[in-house]
Amino acid sequence: MRKMKLVMVGNGMAGVRTLEELLRIAPDLYDITVFGAEPHPNYNRILLSPVLAGEQTIDEIILNPLDWYAGHGITLHLGKKVVDVHRRRRIVTAADGTEADYDRLLLATGSNPFVPPLPGKELAGVIAYRDIADTETMIETAKTHRHAVVIGGGLLGLEAANGLMRRGMAVTVVHIAPWLMERQLDETAGRMLQKSLEARGLRFLIGAETAALVGDDTGRVKAVRFKDGSEEPADLVVMAAGIRPNTALAEKIGLHCNRGIVVNDTMQTITDGRIYAVGECAAHRGIAYGLVAPLFEQAKVCATHLGEFGIGRYLGSQTSTKLKVTGIDLFSAGEFMGGGETEEIVLSDPYNSVYKKLVVKGDKLIGACLYGDTADGSWYFDLVREGRNIADIRDQLMFGQQHLGDTGHAGNSRAAAMADTAEVCGCNGVKKGTIVKAIREQGLFTVDEVRKCTKASGSCGSCTGLVEQILMMTAGAGYTAAPKLKPVCGCTDANHQQVRDAIREQHLLTIAAVHEHLNWRTPNGCASCRPAINYYLISTWPHEALDDPQSRFINERAHANIQKNGTFSVVPRMWAGETNSSELRRIADVVDKYRIPTVKVTGGQRIDLLGVKKEDLTAVWKDLGMPSGHAYGKTLRTVKTCVGSEWCRFGTQDSTRMGKELEKALWRMYAPHKVKLAVSGCPRNCAESGIKDVGVIGVESGWEIYVAGNGGIKTDVAQFLCKVATHEEVLEVSAAFLQLYREEGWYLERTVHYVGRVGLDHVKAKVLEDREYQKRLAERLRFSLDGLPDPWFEHDKAHVDVRQFAPIAV
Amino acid sequence: MHEWKVICRVDDIPRLGARKVTRQSGGDIAVFRTAEDKVFALLDQCPHKGGPLSQGIVFGESVACPLHNWTIGLADGCAAAPDVGCAQRFSVRVEDGAVALDLAELADSPSAIRHAVT
Repeated sequence: MRKMKLVMVGNGMAGVRTLEELLRIAPDLYDITVFGAEPHPNYNRILLSPVLAGEQTIDEIILNPLDWYAGHGITLHLGKKVVDVHRRRRIVTAADGTEADYDRLLLATGSNPFVPPLPGKELAGVIAYRDIADTETMIETAKTHRHAVVIGGGLLGLEAANGLMRRGMAVTVVHIAPWLMERQLDETAGRMLQKSLEARGLRFLIGAETAALVGDDTGRVKAVRFKDGSEEPADLVVMAAGIRPNTALAEKIGLHCNRGIVVNDTMQTITDGRIYAVGECAAHRGIAYGLVAPLFEQAKVCATHLGEFGIGRYLGSQTSTKLKVTGIDLFSAGEFMGGGETEEIVLSDPYNSVYKKLVVKGDKLIGACLYGDTADGSWYFDLVREGRNIADIRDQLMFGQQHLGDTGHAGNSRAAAMADTAEVCGCNGVKKGTIVKAIREQGLFTVDEVRKCTKASGSCGSCTGLVEQILMMTAGAGYTAAPKLKPVCGCTDANHQQVRDAIREQHLLTIAAVHEHLNWRTPNGCASCRPAINYYLISTWPHEALDDPQSRFINERAHANIQKNGTFSVVPRMWAGETNSSELRRIADVVDKYRIPTVKVTGGQRIDLLGVKKEDLTAVWKDLGMPSGHAYGKTLRTVKTCVGSEWCRFGTQDSTRMGKELEKALWRMYAPHKVKLAVSGCPRNCAESGIKDVGVIGVESGWEIYVAGNGGIKTDVAQFLCKVATHEEVLEVSAAFLQLYREEGWYLERTVHYVGRVGLDHVKAKVLEDREYQKRLAERLRFSLDGLPDPWFEHDKAHVDVRQFAPIAV
Repeated sequence: MHEWKVICRVDDIPRLGARKVTRQSGGDIAVFRTAEDKVFALLDQCPHKGGPLSQGIVFGESVACPLHNWTIGLADGCAAAPDVGCAQRFSVRVEDGAVALDLAELADSPSAIRHAVT
């Protein structure tokens, strides 16, 4: 079969990223031809500033060397500018007459610097700042000339000015707006930035309007003249007054352009279905993006359509900004200007050059502008993008993520100071140097890519913030923040909520039906998505959807916990942690009979038998004669209790009885993640109810209920939900809360993260305020649990494949 | 020439699952069955830390090791990037629903596990 032909016009970051994504999903679909106007292979344009400043070399910023193109069979025409496309005959023509025909055409022509129509703009020594050639001109000029004027005090202009100054030139920045980087910073931060750059030796003419560029006899620029008649000497003038989408070719061939080549959500031009456009040249919903993160999102979407997967839509992006001037930290994201119905939380410390402004609307953070201390920039950006409810952390928001007591993120501000040999990811033993090297050598831009290449942050995820910091530091502002809602896994673009919604709305009952309905890319999913879908099915349609043991992790398939040597651990259920002599005798006998090497008391007040051979499991369960403790599953684990008023001289309530009632009502309950409860009989709280998913504390007049506590990776104190008078109410409220979590939580999301996502007010509205809904939730939980088997004793009913306990001997 | 030893029926292995085969010479073998009823056999030891692959989740023609979630290809026994390392493969014949392993390979003492570079 003849391969289709894909021609790409433009050889920059967005276009080549599209090809990389395309080659990954459909390596053999196209014969690919690339035209690039520059004589270089694809390089990291974002890092031109460090090259100009002498911190990196051109070679270091090449992303795809020539042999990458050759290795993928791509025909590369470098230094050839495409001047025409015959859309009916489908032929692309370059300035030198080179032609290529296409079935699909990808326009990635990027943008052009905006050059104001000033008299004298064609003089020698007047340049824009856009590509390697411009950068080289600046470096050469700096060797022989003294005075530079940069027109434009935006991101690009300041980076150029800083670079030229570092190369020894006397640099003046002319900026027409009232403060620097007015599109990324508010006035206060803009002024602080100016002060700090002035201290480094840059001069600024703020509010000055350029009238003309004045040349000498040789046709070289010698000064910049302003509207008020004053002049500023200049041997080099750098135009950095902004960029404009490069739509010259698109307009010539009749594609509809409106501040960019107009594309739809699949990155297809609206004029010609065979032609796609990505990157700075494309206008999506009226916006042409100039930062790399959204462009890479576009590239991904475009590739899936070129690759004939036909999935994924680009829905626009929120962007953040970081200046790549060494030693200056500034960050902004979202609607940082405030005003209108917004409120501002501001910290300003001029002496230490620190300024932080957080813009809040309702219960959401909608923007941030940071100067001097940007360690929490990525965290704020995440809060903005996720639209997380911040009501519960609002009073501490300004002090950053570390202040929330999240031990795993203590490294945030450490990233820069860390030695290359220092360990970043404790789970996978990945050192900072390894990550930096991978980012540099393999051109990584996203946390996901770093995770894939190095495994850093791939396990518990608590070092994600640190990895993101290293990424920002190493890749510059080019790093791509994670998409707003992550897909469940690489098998799909659907996120957890979309999967949940589809199962409920379409009444899907099998994993295959979910795959079919949501166009899964893989025939039977993977080890990440199958357990998630299986949980969503059985929690949404109890007694209707069939549990699939082969889609469960081994622990939930064998109903015991796998250990590092392949043996298992067994934890029998002891209601509320209470046992008796007969159970203890049976446990002792089982330990002897099956030569179980270790017996350990767990944190949840149970007894753990460690090192049981899989072949012995069914016999061990039978001999124990105690119910499954479900210590192995995403289930109700234990209800931990103190002894309570029956014995304790301080006890005000019978916590053990309450614990037993809760445990008997809730056991066998599968949930998005494990669920731990505790009941304390008085406010001394000996059962540690404050760090449990549901914590109950007895007081003189009844019980206080706390939810969403956690004692794991991230220690979180539970939040007060309500106070009730009776045992029955404790049972009802706990059941309603847990059922809400079971119905709305995402797989592997603990209650602390679930409540953080939806907000405690949402939980209160459903579980407390709407009494009717509370009742229905509790009833739905009882219906789900009604008649569920004990997997240790009712193997058939629990779909336990007992063949697994008998190896085949040869 | 292969001399085959029938060990079980295809239906004795759960679809998208595995069975563990023990042998005299030591070194258990994991026998996998895919959704399309293809059968593969690997040494039941992940090249990473020796985790029992027979206990992992099977998907496509891969298995996820139950200990640290390395993805091992069933056909070649090798870990998916960025992990490096391979589990020993065993020849499998399926005829009329009967699964057979190679007698000579079964008798061999288990080859040393090649540990991952990373």
